[in-house]
Amino acid sequence: MNKKKILQWTALVLSLLMLCLIIGTASLCIGATDISLKRVLRVLLEGKGTAEYSILVNIRLPRIILGLAVGGALSLAGAILQGIFRNPLVEPYTLGISGGAALGVSVTIVFKLYHFFGVMAYPMSGFLGAAFIIFFVYSLSSKRGIMKIQGMLLTGVMISFISSSIIMLIMALSKSEDIHGIVFWQMGSLDEPNLYLILVTVGCSLLGLVLSYFFCLDLNAFALGEEAAAHLGINVERTKLLLFLIASMLTGLSVSVAGIIGFVGLVVPHVIRIFTGPDHRILFIASFLAGAAFLIFCDTLARTIIAPIELPVGVITGIIGGLAFIIILNKRAVRL
Amino acid sequence: MSGPLLSIKNLSCGYRQKRILQGIDLEVSRGELIGIIGPNGSGKTTLLRAISRILKPLSGEIRIEDKDIWQVTSKEIARKVAVVSQAIEPLMIPVTEYITMGRMPYYHRFQVFETRKDQQIVEKYMSLTSTDKLRHSLLSEISGGERQLAHIARALVQEPIMILLDEPTSHLDITHQIAILDLIKRLNRSLDLTVIMVLHDLNLAGEYCSRLVLLNDGKIFKVGPPEEVLSYEVIEEVYQTPVIVEKNPLSGKPYALLVTEEVLQQSGKDGRTG
Repeated sequence: MNKKKILQWTALVLSLLMLCLIIGTASLCIGATDISLKRVLRVLLEGKGTAEYSILVNIRLPRIILGLAVGGALSLAGAILQGIFRNPLVEPYTLGISGGAALGVSVTIVFKLYHFFGVMAYPMSGFLGAAFIIFFVYSLSSKRGIMKIQGMLLTGVMISFISSSIIMLIMALSKSEDIHGIVFWQMGSLDEPNLYLILVTVGCSLLGLVLSYFFCLDLNAFALGEEAAAHLGINVERTKLLLFLIASMLTGLSVSVAGIIGFVGLVVPHVIRIFTGPDHRILFIASFLAGAAFLIFCDTLARTIIAPIELPVGVITGIIGGLAFIIILNKRAVRL
Repeated sequence: MSGPLLSIKNLSCGYRQKRILQGIDLEVSRGELIGIIGPNGSGKTTLLRAISRILKPLSGEIRIEDKDIWQVTSKEIARKVAVVSQAIEPLMIPVTEYITMGRMPYYHRFQVFETRKDQQIVEKYMSLTSTDKLRHSLLSEISGGERQLAHIARALVQEPIMILLDEPTSHLDITHQIAILDLIKRLNRSLDLTVIMVLHDLNLAGEYCSRLVLLNDGKIFKVGPPEEVLSYEVIEEVYQTPVIVEKNPLSGKPYALLVTEEVLQQSGKDGRTG
């Protein structure tokens, strides 16, 4: 490894960390009641008791931490899937994986599975839903040789349709209090009252980042083609299986705590690649950090843009991401 | 020492229901330069894919250094057998980075960066294949001949005992065809590297290989030195095309001349040449 590259990568990671810090701090200050940075520090030092303290520590800070974990997880899941499918347009949302996770979580809400399994029922069901869809899409794509990417994306859109229809069916058949729960959660929001769930999300999201690094070189080789990767001694099928499980975990977890937030996994790795090239060794960590910063930014926008009304953060990422999707599709001759 | 480097016994191979190779028996000793020839669809590439552990045999077995290739890990195989296939995506990465990927079979589970030793090996083979001047060019931007050299360098960096090449000269002009095959021959001699390559061009195969394996319809039709395999009777039977086989006046190796329909009709009148 040449020194220049390591320096460049370190510089990039440090600046992205700075970016996270700056956006996070800004997000802490901005809101329905603006609190200046000086005041923030003083309130935090003075400790409990004031209204401002509880806004900062009980409302804004958990949101920022969750934004960090979910943004990083979705963006990393996108980078992983793009590496496996060798296409920049796939990500948890466009492949219908988020939809599958959402269906899993809805089932949990309606059938009150949390009575049996506790709060972990949500992430678990999200994970199962996501994993089911990933393997479904993948088996379709491998059965007919290499499925054309259009077919795969269309399948993804249809899966999203089907799962949201089933979610509606479930809502139609269920009691009103459950409907409220589903609607509230599905809109996509980083407002999560359960501190334990937030910590689990942060933990698993970081775990996903660490685990993904076992496969970063394998994915670099995947880019040469699966057969060429196998010739370099990579166990292609096992690597794909494990990466799919990591991506399912990241997506299922994110969807279960924050609802469907689309396109983060598409936009962020795409922008990062412009700076880093296709090397997954830097792409993973950089996408994670930039995804975190991006989602915190979008969430801050969502809760301030027409304050006091709060927009679902999925609206913001949907608009930015949808536009980016169209631009990428038209600009580059994407290998379709 | 003992036994052949590669031994293939009663191999049958295929995709889904369709059998492509049937009853292949072949032994290759260390240091041989083998050419696999045969008409389109005769199973040449499939044979390479079977040897490189991409395709699982339907029956029979393939042993390398007396170990069944399906009994060892893919990493272990990649340290012994390097492959230059035709389907390698020309990525937008610097040539050095691509060639360094050849060290991956030697990395341990938690390794993300190459070591100094890896770098030295990369340097060594880059200068041997004269790809060192392409160092900073992107793999996607260099010419077909240069890319083939880069592939060979990447394969050598794996420090294999055997290298498999799938039509290394296709789409190249004669300058590059000769340059690539001369290089392969040199490597075969100087590194005692066993080479198995699929070649379309019978004359190049006859000129460079120590032994030819002629496949027809998924079976081995004939194995032997070029002088035996490239006889006009054999070629006409397998390729269903009339040819004239002569000797290269300098090397003494056989080469086949094609005969067109028109010429054949004319010469038919005054008796056939053979």
